[in-house]
Amino acid sequence: MTMRRSICATALLVLAALVSLRISAQAPVPHERLLNSAKEPQNWLMYGGDYFSSRYSVLSQITPANVKSLNLAWAYQAPVSGSWQPTPLVVDGIMYLTQRPNDVIALDAVTGRVFWIYRHQNAADLVVCCGSNNRGLAILGDMLFMGTLDAHLIALDVKSGRLVWKTKVAESKEGYSITVAPLALKDRVIIGMGGGEYGIRGFISAYEARSGKEMWRSYTIPAPGEPGHETWETCPPASETYCDPDAWKHGGASVWVTGSYDPQLNLTYWGTGNAGPDYNASQRPGDNLYTASVVALDADTGKIRWHYQFTPHDRYDYDSVQVPVLADITWQGAPMKAMLWANRNGNFYVLDRATGKFLLGKPFVKLNWMSGFDENGRPIQTPQPPGMPTYPAVQGGSNWYSPSFSPRTKLMYVSTWEGNAQMFGSIPIFYEPGRGFGGGVNSPFVPTPGAPTRGIPGAPSIPNLRRGPINNWTDAAGNGAVQAIDPTTGEAKWKFRMTDVTDTGIFTTATDLLITGGREGYLQALDARTGTLLWKTNLGAQMLNNPITYAVNGKQYVAAAAGLSLFVFALP
Amino acid sequence: MVRWLMAGIVLSGAVVTAQNPTLQGHPDDYVRADIEYGARLYAEHCFGCHGATGDGVAGVELRSGKFRNAVTDPQLRTVITNGFPTTGMPAFAFDPVELTGLVSYLRNMNTFDPGSSKAGNATRGHGIVDGKGACLSCHRINNVGSRKAPDLTDIGAVRSAGSLERSLRDPSSQMMPINRPVRIVTRDGKVITGRRLNEDTYTVQIADEDGRLLSLVKSELREFTVSPRSTMPSYEKELTSEEIADVVSYLLSLKGR
Repeated sequence: MTMRRSICATALLVLAALVSLRISAQAPVPHERLLNSAKEPQNWLMYGGDYFSSRYSVLSQITPANVKSLNLAWAYQAPVSGSWQPTPLVVDGIMYLTQRPNDVIALDAVTGRVFWIYRHQNAADLVVCCGSNNRGLAILGDMLFMGTLDAHLIALDVKSGRLVWKTKVAESKEGYSITVAPLALKDRVIIGMGGGEYGIRGFISAYEARSGKEMWRSYTIPAPGEPGHETWETCPPASETYCDPDAWKHGGASVWVTGSYDPQLNLTYWGTGNAGPDYNASQRPGDNLYTASVVALDADTGKIRWHYQFTPHDRYDYDSVQVPVLADITWQGAPMKAMLWANRNGNFYVLDRATGKFLLGKPFVKLNWMSGFDENGRPIQTPQPPGMPTYPAVQGGSNWYSPSFSPRTKLMYVSTWEGNAQMFGSIPIFYEPGRGFGGGVNSPFVPTPGAPTRGIPGAPSIPNLRRGPINNWTDAAGNGAVQAIDPTTGEAKWKFRMTDVTDTGIFTTATDLLITGGREGYLQALDARTGTLLWKTNLGAQMLNNPITYAVNGKQYVAAAAGLSLFVFALP
Repeated sequence: MVRWLMAGIVLSGAVVTAQNPTLQGHPDDYVRADIEYGARLYAEHCFGCHGATGDGVAGVELRSGKFRNAVTDPQLRTVITNGFPTTGMPAFAFDPVELTGLVSYLRNMNTFDPGSSKAGNATRGHGIVDGKGACLSCHRINNVGSRKAPDLTDIGAVRSAGSLERSLRDPSSQMMPINRPVRIVTRDGKVITGRRLNEDTYTVQIADEDGRLLSLVKSELREFTVSPRSTMPSYEKELTSEEIADVVSYLLSLKGR
């Protein structure tokens, strides 16, 4: 019996090997494959899973009934330091992954064994903020594309990992950097520019995939004479506080999370970051377009077709760098090409993605920086007095980690920080290239001595975000939660509450599984319809990434990173 | 297996010798192709100050083989790389291949006759690589060509002139261990050939001749052979010495991106 089982097992392995050799054609990935990514659910072809960034997979081998049987298939440990925010790609059995600062690795998606590693040497004088991260790659044709911390865009041969071209995009010593995973479409690669804490002038730009030649560049801060520039208002003749007459030149609006694409509308959507300086808004009077906004660009020309500003005249660092989730929903009885957005400022939004029209805005976490919306969807701001807490805190109600939309449940799933507040303070700051341009107190977790003593009840000392030991978050400082939001109402259908906060993205599947994690280090599977916990396993470190699912030889895998290790699970 | 290892050690040694100069070699230790390449570089970068006979700078006699601040070849490479800012000699950003050429020339400057040089023509070499040599049917340069054999896009920055010339005449003598051809036969008789990218006790990762990345479990293979013999043909009789010099000259110009 044992012998027979062994022979059978061997036969299966051989069959698997044959299947592997047969199907692993490793054909190029032209735009058509990216357009039809839903037809090859075994692959994870782009950062958001598909052009709509739905992070929804039709793979159905892993179900709510068997998810508890998931076992570790393999692990890859990154031999680097620092928080790791990867979203891998998987193409025809090969996984492509980045690790800090700008390594690209090709692995066998079944065993985790490495085929090749490409190491980009960053400039020694680069200036980069907030973690030297890279969030991933794009693939088009037979090339992989990665933005680098020293503001280059590079193309690698997908088979060998050899450099094909390298294009300098901006000056890294002035604070420009690229951490975003590029978006590839048609014959081009689109990236955004990070560096919002260094007074950059943000932009989104497209490069010819074949050559690296720039095709268009669209600044996220309009220059004089361009529509929107009037929102960088002229300084008053006599101002009691510092006002910067050239504020627009270094006004931020960075782009550091990947956008989405609607092929029918030929629009690509990108969220923009905070205005610069982050906290001293009074030195840049006006709404400061297009900071803290979503911009819809013509994919061919880069021309901004419409925009919506979530947080005009942002003074809280409420980056709108969440992934734009595109969904075709029923809105008030009619089909609607919608954009769903759980913003860092604490509101959940539904926009008409063809026009940018505001359809719905509703808080999904406690907030007090605004009291509601006017008839045009503009927030009615209610800045808090000095020393008083503002909800949500600087990390926001949600942040860069990706949400998911399931067309089965018609729910938007978001990793959120609930009940987290901050006291903001501002300090005038003069712009110098390459120097920090915060203009305020970034982490006022306790009231400033001498300031009003009314802090957050029950939280005299809110833990710092970069606290030492992990998992010492307290409920007085808020908590993490997965929320399932009904886009037709903005109401949460269910919440899965965690003690610690979460920086883990989400994916959902055709079996109504939801996979996510959190800072506590648990990889967890929820029932997407009810939020019920189905399975969890402790990976032993914070999860700061977007998990994915893929299949090879008919076997479905779940990949998620915790700490500096990528763990891949499968059914026995 | 032991035989492979031995072969590997011998070959590795050959490559190291070619790429890493001796501490201070006898003039005969240097390869003529490197000396010729160095002579060209000297003419381009050093001639202006040091002159044709190496005595253009007061107190410096390059042909003497004796240098005040460098005894060994590695020290000579350091001097060229760092320069002497206080004396007016600038730092030079030569790559390792160029440094090998320059050092080889400096060590043989006293006896080398530039007039005897058969320095190749890179343009003609490019034509041979794309045409008569059919090199791109196996190799890839600047994203054009086959992935069957190693990519040559930056070969001029990593292989010395002498090594390149020997590669053309006797490919196996210069083959890096990572490029040894592998032959795999699966249990059902399917034959896979390619180059090994990675290997552990239980699995092997290869790029097959079509450039596909394959990860295979050793226990599922009937045969797994790594050959010390290159599948590249020798060009000793296919090309003239002048043509080989042309190809070497072209390959030396491939510095990557």
